[in-house]
Amino acid sequence: MKFKTTLLGMTAAMALSAGAASAQALVYCSEGSPEGFDAALYTSGTTFDASSKPIYNRLVEFEVGTTEVNPALAESFEVSEDGLTVTFHLREGVKFHSNDQFTPTRDFNADDVIFSFDRQGNPDNPYNGVSGGSWEYYSAMSMPDLIESIEKVDDYTVVFNLTRPEAPFMANMAMDFASIVSKEYADAMMEAGTPEMLNQAPIGTGPFSFQAYQKDAVIRFVRNDDYWGDAAKVEALIFAITPDASVRYQKVQAGECHVMAYPNPADVEAMQSDEGVEVMQQEGLNVGYLAYNTNVAPYDNPNVRKALNMAIDKQAIIDVVFQGSGQIAKNPIPPTMWSYNDAVEDDSYDPEAAKAMLEEEGVTDLDLKIWAMPVQRPYNPNARRMAELMQADFAEIGVDVEIVSYEWGEYLERSKDTDRDGAVLLGWTGDNGDPDNFLAVLLGCDGVGGSNRAQWCYEPFDDLIQEAKTISDQDERAALYEEAQVIFKEQAPWATIAHSVVYMTMRPEVDGYVIDPLGGHFFNAVGLSN
Amino acid sequence: MLKYLASRLLTFVPTFIGVTLISFAFIRVLPGDPIIVMAGERGMSEERYAELTTQYGFDRPMLAQFWDYLTGVLQGDLGTSFVTKKPVWDEFFTLFPATLELSLCAMIFAILIGLPAGVIAAVNRGKFFDRALMSTALVGYSMPIFWWALLLIIVFSGNLQWTPVSGRIGLQYYFPNATGFMIWDAIASGQSGALSSAVRHLILPTIVLGTIPLAVIARQTRSAMLEVLGEDYIRTARAKGMSPRRVNAIHALRNALIPVITVIGLSVGTLLAGAILTETIFSWPGIGKWMVDSIFRRDYPVVQGGLLLIAVMVMVVNLTVDVLYGIINPKIRKR
Amino acid sequence: MTDTAQSAPKRPSALREFWYYFRENRGAVIGLYVFGFFLLVAALSPIIAPYDSTQQFRDHILQPPAWSEGGSWAFPLGTDPLGRDMLSRLIEGARYSFFVGVVVVTIASFGGIIIGLIAGFAPRWLDTIIMRIMDIVLAFPSLLLALVLVAILGPSLINAMVAIAIVLQPHYVRLTRAAVLSEKQKDYVTSARVAGAGRMRLMFKTVLPNCLAPIIVQAALSFSTAILDAAALGFLGMGAQPPTPEWGTMLAEAREFILRAWWVVTFPGVAILITVLAINLMGDGLRDALDPKLKRS
Repeated sequence: MKFKTTLLGMTAAMALSAGAASAQALVYCSEGSPEGFDAALYTSGTTFDASSKPIYNRLVEFEVGTTEVNPALAESFEVSEDGLTVTFHLREGVKFHSNDQFTPTRDFNADDVIFSFDRQGNPDNPYNGVSGGSWEYYSAMSMPDLIESIEKVDDYTVVFNLTRPEAPFMANMAMDFASIVSKEYADAMMEAGTPEMLNQAPIGTGPFSFQAYQKDAVIRFVRNDDYWGDAAKVEALIFAITPDASVRYQKVQAGECHVMAYPNPADVEAMQSDEGVEVMQQEGLNVGYLAYNTNVAPYDNPNVRKALNMAIDKQAIIDVVFQGSGQIAKNPIPPTMWSYNDAVEDDSYDPEAAKAMLEEEGVTDLDLKIWAMPVQRPYNPNARRMAELMQADFAEIGVDVEIVSYEWGEYLERSKDTDRDGAVLLGWTGDNGDPDNFLAVLLGCDGVGGSNRAQWCYEPFDDLIQEAKTISDQDERAALYEEAQVIFKEQAPWATIAHSVVYMTMRPEVDGYVIDPLGGHFFNAVGLSN
Repeated sequence: MLKYLASRLLTFVPTFIGVTLISFAFIRVLPGDPIIVMAGERGMSEERYAELTTQYGFDRPMLAQFWDYLTGVLQGDLGTSFVTKKPVWDEFFTLFPATLELSLCAMIFAILIGLPAGVIAAVNRGKFFDRALMSTALVGYSMPIFWWALLLIIVFSGNLQWTPVSGRIGLQYYFPNATGFMIWDAIASGQSGALSSAVRHLILPTIVLGTIPLAVIARQTRSAMLEVLGEDYIRTARAKGMSPRRVNAIHALRNALIPVITVIGLSVGTLLAGAILTETIFSWPGIGKWMVDSIFRRDYPVVQGGLLLIAVMVMVVNLTVDVLYGIINPKIRKR
Repeated sequence: MTDTAQSAPKRPSALREFWYYFRENRGAVIGLYVFGFFLLVAALSPIIAPYDSTQQFRDHILQPPAWSEGGSWAFPLGTDPLGRDMLSRLIEGARYSFFVGVVVVTIASFGGIIIGLIAGFAPRWLDTIIMRIMDIVLAFPSLLLALVLVAILGPSLINAMVAIAIVLQPHYVRLTRAAVLSEKQKDYVTSARVAGAGRMRLMFKTVLPNCLAPIIVQAALSFSTAILDAAALGFLGMGAQPPTPEWGTMLAEAREFILRAWWVVTFPGVAILITVLAINLMGDGLRDALDPKLKRS
């Protein structure tokens, strides 16, 4: 058996290297098809992995492996005293890719920056309505309200004028929607009458240039040899689209892929004992929670919520639902995020105490509806299963649980109702690594009737996070967020359940892979050793 | 003959309109708002929601929407996918070759094995061979193919590692101007090993998709053969001293073929239904998987356009079979 | 085949004759036994199942079957990812499969026969409309249509059954109509009409009983189709929802464990295959016994 696997591994490796001729190709088994290649139009990580990550750059970028923002296409930037003016000094000599229809005649400059944002925010821009023209992240990050104007000072200086000081702005500029596209290419395609090519045959400045996409099957990239930064280590990058996780694993074992994302939690144990593959892991930038409706009695009483939280056997959930690939959550933000308050103590699992606490509050014969999402998400791989476990847990303290579910769109919509009946299972994956992106969006007063599924508006908490938003000093902000987490735990609007653990599975010859806490997959620093 | 053709064509028109109407209506009554699904946990502002609703025309009266759709369809415009923002028509034709290639292979596989099996069984009626073949055929006929696919993957891709797990060809092969028919592309490219790689990827999906048609064809061939073998002219041929093999081969088989051909023609729908499961399991980038994905993603235009195209395809094939059958067998025309 | 031989009074002997022919076919008899066994299992499931199908044994998650290493006779066929007993789930799953078969066949045949009778007796224009509608339904591949219908109605076992019944129904309509049209030509119908039988009586009393043979065969065959399609929908996540131990749904839930726990994938599939096979064997026997002329379809 041992002999056979090594032999197969060898033939597979031979097949790969032989077929790729001299070119060293890195094959990544990806989990799905990208919706397109113009990152600003879309919201899914799968699309970003195939577009903004390899093909494009942004003015500033997250250093891979951290949530820290570094200069990229902008060599430097400065923020004015009042926080309303941000000036970017652009890098010179950056080349765009070329393809069959287009060869750039000039380097990257301020026009490209202005075009990249103007097309998203300005309805008069000819590209505003191209390819469906839904700039979801641009509006989701409230850029239309925030950006007053963008000015070109000279070819290599751009100024953003903001309507209010906003600490998370710089993190937003590192997000995928802020990728810089070529204005020259866009103009050429508009003239040729094929503006959708900007989305289908992308041109960027990134470490890889786009070669071909066979729908639902393969995406091919080749190395950009004129890259302004450190050139990619492999000559070609191939995404083999493989939606089924077990199949991805089999392909890695067979040598058909080098790297895969999102293994089945069920397979992780086997992978870790498999000598033919390596497994890396890190906590994901997400949180899965059960949000009570704090508007409805008796869940308006923090003690009742606390009691219920104490009845949930979170370890069992981690074991059964996450198959171990999760970590118990005690705070609403994940531990990889700055300002995470490790001093907060989680509610202990104690059904007896929980029962007593409910009695103390005079609550008996409680019925609770638990909403289980119909879809699989990173923060909750199987909501139905999770709800079934909670049902059993709550039964022990005499709470009757009915599990309900709706079609996903309806689920999202109905769970927003301020008088919703029941507690809802949901979660959140961070966009830009800023605590504001969790605490304000999910628990702020503005979110009631919207993304605040607990319908929880608690002034002492809200004041803290509003204040933190206007300060630019990170340490000061962190102190406020830490305090907010303490208040959150006391008030318990949610049962915080878990942060998923992100696994990456790869063959031993892959080196230099770093897990991105923001959930992206980067391959420019990845090499193959023989 | 012309009159028969005309009457068949005439029934095609109302069915086509009906199919268009149904594919349109289905989508309007689907619960769940695609715009909300698109936004996910993040949600969106009310203004943005209103803007998108207008953009997709959901706020227009139903009848106006249908009229737009129908006139669009007649001009070959099936709308644009919500997810990829590409025309449904383009998407269909990039994916269709994959399904066609798989279906053709499955059909050839089914005929190559099913037809001889049916003939052999009929000739050996009641003997062990007949029983064994027909029992096997019945098992194949009763097979839940999604499970069958999983079993084959466990055994041939997992344990034995003889066949690749999924996909259409090894990743090292790349054809810039591909037709989408992988076997053809592999041959045309002249790259060594490309053809064998494409074939190896095809084996398991072909077997899975071909299993039920194979069983149907074997059973059908057997019973058609038995019927023909009992008829007068065969007895006459035998009585005249023609060798049994010649009788079987020439007379019986030829006449038994007519109903068999009908079955093959009518299996197109079955194949497409099977392709939904087969493609989903083998990650085969064809229209079956495309439809399932789109249904789950609430990609309205794709579901609606895909349903229509598939239905029209089935109708055209059925019509062709009907007409061919009418040509072969003049009795049919009289009705 | 004379008309008098087919008319009503000879019922008991017809049944005996049927049994005589049916018994001839050994496969059919085996199918009947297996079917009977499964029926019994389904009926007695609360008594014979060792555990409740939703009871979770959290210390016995993904335990292999008794005969493999690590298994125990407490869970003869092993446990699933939530530590539920596979055997109990399979036994209860039999109920769902028969439930699906019975309900689907009842809805589809009932509706189909009535529409078919109407089409057969209706004026030409109505007949044409009905048949065109059936053509439209048949133009969509059945599973695809069922999938879209379930997406509309919402994924659940009941809705899956309704969708499958709608998809199967045109076959009954066509069959009934064809039988009615050929029967209508015959003398006994004409004489009944001359004798003053009303349209209703003509439809249900005179003609329908003589059309039943092919419909019964169709019912047997669509019983198995219904079970297969419901399992396929369950497999695609559009049928019965977890924790319902419907076999197709069990397969879908088990799919992620395909490399790690073969038993959670294998057993539900075997159960589906055997049930469907038994029904098809029976259906073949039924067809041969009821009407030798139908052997072709």
